[in-house]
Amino acid sequence: MQLKGAQILVRTLIEQGVTDVFGYPGGQVINIYDALYEYKDEINHVLTAHEQGASHAADGYSRATGKVGVCIATSGPGATNLVTGIATAMLDSIPMVAITGNVPNSLIGKDSFQEIDITGVTLPITKHNYFVKRIEDLADTIREAFRIAKSGRPGPVLVDIPKDVQVGTYEYEPQAVTEKTPLPKVKEALIDEAAKLLAECKRPYIYVGGGAAGLGMGEDIVAFAEKIDAVIGCSFMGLSAIPETSERFLGMQGMHGHYASSMAQNEADLILAIGVRFSDRATGNVAKFAKKSKIIQLDPDYAEINKNVRVDLGLVGDVEDSFKRIVEKCDKAEHSDWLYQVRELKAEELRFEEEIAAASTAALTPKQVFEIINANKPAKTVIATDVGQHQMWTAQYVRFDGPRRFVSSGGLGTMGFGLGAAMGAYVATKDPVVLITGDGSFGMNLNELATAVTYKIPVVIVLMNNGVLGMVRQWQTLFFGKRYSNTVLDRKTDFVKLAEAFGAKGYLVETPIDFKRAFNEALQANGPVVIDARIDKDEFVLPMLPPGGAIDDIITKVR
Amino acid sequence: MSEKKTIIAVYVENQAGVLTRVTGMFTRRGFNIDSLTVGETESPKYSRITICMDGDGCEQMINQLYKLVVVKKVEILEEDSIKRELMMLKVRNESQNRSEIMTAVDVFRASVIDYSADGMCIEVTGVPSKIDAFVKLMEPFGILEMCRTGVVALDRGTKTLLSEKK
Repeated sequence: MQLKGAQILVRTLIEQGVTDVFGYPGGQVINIYDALYEYKDEINHVLTAHEQGASHAADGYSRATGKVGVCIATSGPGATNLVTGIATAMLDSIPMVAITGNVPNSLIGKDSFQEIDITGVTLPITKHNYFVKRIEDLADTIREAFRIAKSGRPGPVLVDIPKDVQVGTYEYEPQAVTEKTPLPKVKEALIDEAAKLLAECKRPYIYVGGGAAGLGMGEDIVAFAEKIDAVIGCSFMGLSAIPETSERFLGMQGMHGHYASSMAQNEADLILAIGVRFSDRATGNVAKFAKKSKIIQLDPDYAEINKNVRVDLGLVGDVEDSFKRIVEKCDKAEHSDWLYQVRELKAEELRFEEEIAAASTAALTPKQVFEIINANKPAKTVIATDVGQHQMWTAQYVRFDGPRRFVSSGGLGTMGFGLGAAMGAYVATKDPVVLITGDGSFGMNLNELATAVTYKIPVVIVLMNNGVLGMVRQWQTLFFGKRYSNTVLDRKTDFVKLAEAFGAKGYLVETPIDFKRAFNEALQANGPVVIDARIDKDEFVLPMLPPGGAIDDIITKVR
Repeated sequence: MSEKKTIIAVYVENQAGVLTRVTGMFTRRGFNIDSLTVGETESPKYSRITICMDGDGCEQMINQLYKLVVVKKVEILEEDSIKRELMMLKVRNESQNRSEIMTAVDVFRASVIDYSADGMCIEVTGVPSKIDAFVKLMEPFGILEMCRTGVVALDRGTKTLLSEKK
């Protein structure tokens, strides 16, 4: 049938299984919005307060479900406002399709009003991008964008559509949802080699990353760990992949990881790394990383092998398939000495934690906040975060009850990510959503409270308010002689009134009892709730491996 | 950094912006390009980019290039591959140097492609080291301007870039 370009776009989105999009209208996408109006029964559009919020919402939508998140923005500033959100998705390998309008072909290159070369701008932060010059290519380009976004190592794809292409008319025929491009199967000899290394090892450590989390491999990994008597640790991005009920799971390793997890990784003689990229925050000084260990790495991306850390065996291709074949080839094994050693490490970790908790005299400590959240959050709760100390505490303390329940910006570390992402996660799942944020991060994109109120998105916002930029302050305390340059916020914001002004409910709490009451009330609300939870400005995230440091440099004491 | 240079050939889809994507990836990942040539291939669908770069870490760079959707194939060329570069060099044409220049042109199997009373333009083709040698030879006579294409290269025999799977 003959359709306008804008209609072809929306029809193709629907055809590709898109049910929700996030965006903001503008001059060069009016036609797209007109088509969205036409198909509003088939595709739900969420109008955010800012395009950045739309990009984070599309990202959160994807993280919570694995589906491709979609956001739409107009040309020029609309498009550039998506940039941080696209980069966030890129660094965490999140499948996303960003649609932007642009000035008509005839005005391209003339510095026209709201013209920007957004494919040029997003070149380094997209998996691929397109400028759709001709309407003939429109539908297939959108299909291809979805295929690229979700295939192999996922990532964001931007499609820039000039106005004349939206307005023009062309033939459209619906097609099936595009399939992922299948990944190559790893050669049998390499699988044998991996099985051999696993059979020979004495201290196995399975290291789980975002790649494994995205594939929902958690249960299988735990079963394998039982079989070969291994322990499991994860990177930041691997959080929520492994059921927290497993005793073998030591939690996150790395800069602010669990002591036992980082130490066990350092003591292991074989690391089976699944979907990790050995980020500097995870490894510290690479020259001293896991020196006693051989490393087997499973990843869909060739470029991840030997990029940061030299590995002994890289299995590039279909990760699930490789893993399954390795599991089949491995016999049951027992490593009781190793598990005993790890238990000792865990006991040590517990001692450190108690010391840290005892050192704080504050009325409400981060640990208490998270204990209350853990005890009271309903099943299936998605926990979103912003970036900073609160994020690391979340990573350390929160007990996730399933995969895709942790929504947080790892690679890019985007302050202001949380609220948009939390909304996206709710739109996708309709499950309870809690946003853990700080007063610094929340200040960056709190405008999205308006969106959450409008759409009755019941996100419980736990604002860990310490009046400072806590993570930078922690570095200033430790490494800059307490010279607190520009990290003391000293703002007079009344977050309860602010919430009310937006049409949301607000609480101010200063004790565990009040926090617990507010948290439980907030869970019942029919819209967003802000809980301004006051904590001390000198709480630390511990343990800490100093940047560029190694495991011996670990800081476990407050002062 | 080693002095060893590696030549890689990149088969890319022949479309707008491809060169930016490829060179951008080098900048982004902190690699240098010594020379780069690009042109048509036996298939109108593809262009071939020949890049001369530092040997160190080029494996990582190749893996990064494979992440580009427009990149079809990347290959490190064999050490004994056939390499050619073309140079045009404009040199001062002074009577006392003329015969020496002409001898060099002869020996290097170069050719004079433009000639005037006070200058001449010479075209030389060959492996990069031959071109280097010719430049050195011309230096004393006063090089006015020169331009080199950068190296193009093909493997010997019937083997082609697309014939083997990585």
